[in-house]
Amino acid sequence: MMRLEYVFWICGALLLACAVRDLRVQRYAFAAFWTILSLILFGGDYVQSALAAGNALPAQITGAGVIVLALIAGSGKLRRGEDAHAPPPDRAPGDMLFVPALLIPLGTVALILLHPYLQWGGVSLLDSKQSTLAALCLACVFAAIAALAVTRARAAALIAEGSRLLDTLSWAALLPILLAMLGAIFAATGVGDAVAHVVAAVIPTDSRLACLVAYALGMVVFTIIMGNAFAAFPVLTAGVGLPLLVLQHHANPAVLGALGMLSGYCGTLLTPMAANYNVVPVALLELRDPYAVIRAQWPTALVLFCANFILLEAFAFR
Amino acid sequence: MNYWPLLGIAVVVLGFALRLNPALTVVVAGIVSGLLSGLSVPDLLTLLGKSFVANRTLLLFVLTLPTIGLLERAGLRERAHALILRFRQLTFARLLIAYLALRQLLSMLGLLDLAGHAQTVRPLLAPMAEAAAEKIDPRIDDDERERIRALAAGTDNIGRFFGEDVFIAFGAVLLIQGFFAEHGIALDPRSIAIWALPTAIAAFMIHAVRLSLYQRRIARLRGERGTGNGEPKKQNAGDANTSNGASP
Repeated sequence: MMRLEYVFWICGALLLACAVRDLRVQRYAFAAFWTILSLILFGGDYVQSALAAGNALPAQITGAGVIVLALIAGSGKLRRGEDAHAPPPDRAPGDMLFVPALLIPLGTVALILLHPYLQWGGVSLLDSKQSTLAALCLACVFAAIAALAVTRARAAALIAEGSRLLDTLSWAALLPILLAMLGAIFAATGVGDAVAHVVAAVIPTDSRLACLVAYALGMVVFTIIMGNAFAAFPVLTAGVGLPLLVLQHHANPAVLGALGMLSGYCGTLLTPMAANYNVVPVALLELRDPYAVIRAQWPTALVLFCANFILLEAFAFR
Repeated sequence: MNYWPLLGIAVVVLGFALRLNPALTVVVAGIVSGLLSGLSVPDLLTLLGKSFVANRTLLLFVLTLPTIGLLERAGLRERAHALILRFRQLTFARLLIAYLALRQLLSMLGLLDLAGHAQTVRPLLAPMAEAAAEKIDPRIDDDERERIRALAAGTDNIGRFFGEDVFIAFGAVLLIQGFFAEHGIALDPRSIAIWALPTAIAAFMIHAVRLSLYQRRIARLRGERGTGNGEPKKQNAGDANTSNGASP
């Protein structure tokens, strides 16, 4: 069975191979960075099972490793090499190049749809808990093989090209996990509750409109800070939405929940904290302005927030 | 109530404002917030390690990189670029609006990872959008190219975000339902998802209008520059070709 651990191990092996290549071209900071990260991927399941058994030491070592990763990133030593840009192709590219590229998304979908049928003797091919991720991983493997066939390159070229892109991304590849981690820490240390307290203390709770504005804007601001509407939703809804709008002003919880969450999504378009959406593409598309993607999105986010608020005011209290 | 952990937020805001390294800023913010809440150092390290490992699925996109890198080396982006130039009817706005619609519809069906910045935007959508803009103005400068690539990334984000909430098995709907269920209010997931639909339509219309306006902007800029500029046309076409090969 394609268990989720194997997916992480494949990912870890890829990072380790990239680290070895960085070592060869004497980019030591990159080599150390990807090695530590690959070790965390290899040991992830052990960390979780040890934690469940009451042994916190592996998790603590991982935590220390995360701090080292941040220090390497902050040292400024992760700089791109000269080969960051792909040189122009040696021969005229053919339309066959699209096949492996499209095999990643289409293969993922095909595997998800076929998942119920892909089993032998009661053992299914994909881990059913996280079948999407296992399918994505398998599709990537198939696409890599197809890419080798189409380009007639040697297998080592896969690592060389993967490593080139990975070093282009550099620490930005790590930022989404770090921000998710920060969200968990903020939740564990009561940051959310403190914010909800402050918000509830400053607004005039008798005014329905004031409460609604506080809720919708609070979702945006808190999403901008946390980088994630999911983190903002329980905090704002427990602090403002439920006690003031649903219980006191009789708002419809389904409408309030759906449109409140979407207010937060407008905030996601505005924040560098939503790294996988707004920072990773800056690195991937090699943009000079770190806020280029946010600059491209803010007008849509602003108008959409207003439209969403009008819907909220019109339908939440019917 | 202990308000001191809020200083972690201040660290984040300050770090981003001073343009310090975001990865370092975020980890320092977590440490500040944890220590101020009274966690011991071993407990804080446990929390760091545990939550990092719990979110490691966010790293799986690197599995696409070897394939995409290899195909780029073989000329995938040039091919995507050439494909768009072949279709006259496919204008800049039509290309991005079609992508937006497709991305929203797929998200509504729960097919979130079908597209993305690594899988589709860098290798396909961004070079296609640049090619479509070149059909309007062959001499767009590097700043404009950056804006076009950023707009392609933004279009992917908007299509994803404002489709996924309509899908009932997606996290957002289940999170909303779970939250209210915990507080004694039972909701049908469908009743939540249906209320995400008007905003999804609004998002499509607003962004489609912006994309059309952007297309007109490219045409207008060309018009403004076109007058009083007497360079031969052949030269222009050559410039556009070389610059696009060198800085994809």
